[in-house]
Amino acid sequence: MFDNLSKRLQDIFSNLTGKGRLSEADVDAAMREIRLALLEADVNFKVVKEFVAVVRERAVGEDVMRSLTPGQTVVGIVLDELTNLLGGTSARLTLTNRIPNVILLVGLQGSGKTTAAAKLANHLRKQGKRPLMVACDIYRPAAIEQLETLGRELGIPVFRGEGADAAGIASAGVKEAVSTMRDVVLVDTAGRLHIDEEMMDEAVRIKTAVSPDQILMVVDAMTGQDAVNTADAFAQRVDFDGVLMTKLDGDARGGAALSVRNVTGKPIVFASVGEKLDALEPFYPDRMAKRILGMGDVVGLIEKARDTIDADDAEALEQKLRTAAFTLDDFLVQLRQIKKMGGVTSLLGMLPGAGKLKGGVPEVDERQLDRVAAIIHSMTPQERAKPQVINGSRRQRIANGSGVTVTEVNQLLKQFAEVRKLMKQFQKDGGKRLRGLKLPPGFGQLG
Amino acid sequence: MSTPWYRRLSDGLSRSREHLGGQLNVLLRKGPDLDAAFWEELEDTLIAGDMGATAVTEVVERLRDAAARKALPDAHAVLDHLAGELAAEFPTDSDFLKHPPVTVLVVGVNGTGKTTTVGKLAKEAADAGHVVLLGSGDTFRAAAGEQLDIWADRAGVPMVKRDRGADPAAVVFDTIAEAKRGGAAVTLIDTAGRLHTSADLMRELEKVQRVAERESEAPVKVLLVMDATTGQNGLAQAREFDSALGVDGIALTKLDGTAKGGIAVAIARELRLPILRIGVGEGIEDLKPFDPLDFTRALIGEV
Ligand SMILES: Nc1nc2c(ncn2[C@@H]2O[C@H](COP(=O)(O)OP(=O)(O)OP(=O)(O)O)[C@@H](O)[C@H]2O)c(=O)[nH]1
Ligand SMILES: Nc1nc2c(ncn2[C@@H]2O[C@H](COP(=O)(O)OP(=O)(O)OP(=O)(O)O)[C@@H](O)[C@H]2O)c(=O)[nH]1
Ligand SMILES: [Mg+2]
Ligand SMILES: [Mg+2]
Repeated sequence: MFDNLSKRLQDIFSNLTGKGRLSEADVDAAMREIRLALLEADVNFKVVKEFVAVVRERAVGEDVMRSLTPGQTVVGIVLDELTNLLGGTSARLTLTNRIPNVILLVGLQGSGKTTAAAKLANHLRKQGKRPLMVACDIYRPAAIEQLETLGRELGIPVFRGEGADAAGIASAGVKEAVSTMRDVVLVDTAGRLHIDEEMMDEAVRIKTAVSPDQILMVVDAMTGQDAVNTADAFAQRVDFDGVLMTKLDGDARGGAALSVRNVTGKPIVFASVGEKLDALEPFYPDRMAKRILGMGDVVGLIEKARDTIDADDAEALEQKLRTAAFTLDDFLVQLRQIKKMGGVTSLLGMLPGAGKLKGGVPEVDERQLDRVAAIIHSMTPQERAKPQVINGSRRQRIANGSGVTVTEVNQLLKQFAEVRKLMKQFQKDGGKRLRGLKLPPGFGQLG
Repeated sequence: MSTPWYRRLSDGLSRSREHLGGQLNVLLRKGPDLDAAFWEELEDTLIAGDMGATAVTEVVERLRDAAARKALPDAHAVLDHLAGELAAEFPTDSDFLKHPPVTVLVVGVNGTGKTTTVGKLAKEAADAGHVVLLGSGDTFRAAAGEQLDIWADRAGVPMVKRDRGADPAAVVFDTIAEAKRGGAAVTLIDTAGRLHTSADLMRELEKVQRVAERESEAPVKVLLVMDATTGQNGLAQAREFDSALGVDGIALTKLDGTAKGGIAVAIARELRLPILRIGVGEGIEDLKPFDPLDFTRALIGEV
């Protein structure tokens, strides 16, 4: 579906006339794709509207068209903004000096509270704490037994109180922790709908009874548009401190994370990634941003490219591409960078119009890269800068030096000449003639 | 709208619900003017109901056409037309839950309401005078058996279970043997929640189904339980469970919240799966038949 927002954006931008100016319609088309990708990920539509407005402003401001890869530049902006909105760097559970610390878990039915209580207890014990779990779900059939079973599995005690007063049980649990020298208390509560006034009142009573140091709202990653309503109601009534997202081991994009963060401003603190009791991780906003965009791989590449390629280098290269002063040396530098990036992408991905490649950026044959590198290495600096001086005898020498046939050297030179011609062409017509161009073997074929 | 389940819903109206309802009022107040803002708000309303942007764009485009062609006079007429069109997407297969003998595998991702739905269905079938038997095929989750035990008690029906960690296929084997022995007409088998992306667990479920089909004299049906708060991932869930097992019907739970369950429309459009029941609460009586028109009206906000 939207597994390749990057490609879609590149398709849009590659139709531009190359005049360096972005038309309103181009921007609209790009923003439409971003909007769809986010909606597909279950980000709330109002949040999407706000978000797209921000991206639009930045995209226009940053002269996306001056970039050789406007599609990727826009994806980069989207990624940046998403990561920022999700909290930038990862948040941590903040405990206080109080003994015992009390952590309260709240949320809708079936979101994963009871499992999360056990996971957190396990996690905190690993950090040297002595947790106690308190079973305050007096409604759901066998909810207390569930927590007790998990406690037994972990060897962590569970307090179950008497009676039908969840708040009373919670405070009795905290007293129990004091008398049994437990330094952190995890309070599991019943699932409740945000519109159930009675049950929301109960949550407030539990909160008042135990004054938690941390209240975590447990949110299912598969939640749709309604996440804003539930999170907003829980924030208003119990004013939770952070979010624990569950079921991230599935393939849900998890746009609810953005919605919740956006309406409540609360950080997402933990990611739950399975049913087993050690399947709890810190929450990483950057990973979540990629996940929401549904383009882990593509974005991963952009990131790698960013990390690997020096910004100055990239700029110099862009300049060369624009003026068609691209030499075989530059080509070699590119090959090295490609190798550094793990060889999964190719120079093509960085060329204007690469979005037109059928089936995306082609896989690069590593051995082929090595041969091309060997050929270029066997050339003199002068030959690399000015390939037109390479005559018949030079070709033979280069072939001998790199252990390939003269035909292969010829092929490379011919294709390099075409790439250069293409650069010039791109200056003139915005890349319309990219189609049908032959590329060095292993580089795939332009559509 | 005077169906009982909706009245239930409206009784529990909250600020947020009113807020969503308010959206519709805005739509309606627009009166006869079907301007760009009207269509945009309609799109937003449907998207807010989790119908999915792709389906919404398509549907609204078609609706605009129809509005022009049929010269629909005003917003009311357009919304009525839309509710009807969307309702027609739901197949109206016969309800296997009402046609014993039947063995039902109740499946779905984690926490959707499978065990609760089994309890509610047990009561419904028992009330209808059928001999009911429950099987606790969730041998994985902590206290899943105990949970179903309590539901069996509430519904007043017997139940078969094994120790935690046992092979769920073995529980199914035992349950069906017991069903034959005791002459159960409706056999409901709870299974452990599992994500559709887990190949191992989906294979385990296929095995459970094979055993059920081999052992059961009654036809074996698969009921997929889905949570109405689920967004676009619901489509992937339905697809995967359907391709692994062949889903015969859906129970859509937690419609007593503010989520509208619009993903069910996208599922109906793509997979032609009927919704057989809706869950509207945690009580044993909170299971209702599915009425497509009530459902789509609630989705549009026209209630
Ligand atoms: N796959 C997966 N399943 C999870 C995760 N967290 C919880 N679950 C499962 O989700 C289901 C519901 O979890 P619970 O912990 O019982 O949820 P709860 O919020 O306590 O439910 P109620 O008390 O009924 O409201 C169980 O089957 C859990 O095993 C997770 O991160 N991934
Ligand atoms: N509000 C509401 N809650 C429901 C409904 N159906 C189930 N629940 C609640 O949702 C939670 C999960 O229900 P379960 O029946 O345990 O779900 P499950 O699918 O069996 O869960 P696992 O076996 O852990 O995968 C419980 O707290 C139920 O009370 C419903 O229709 N409305
Ligand atoms: Mg629980
Ligand atoms: Mg269950």
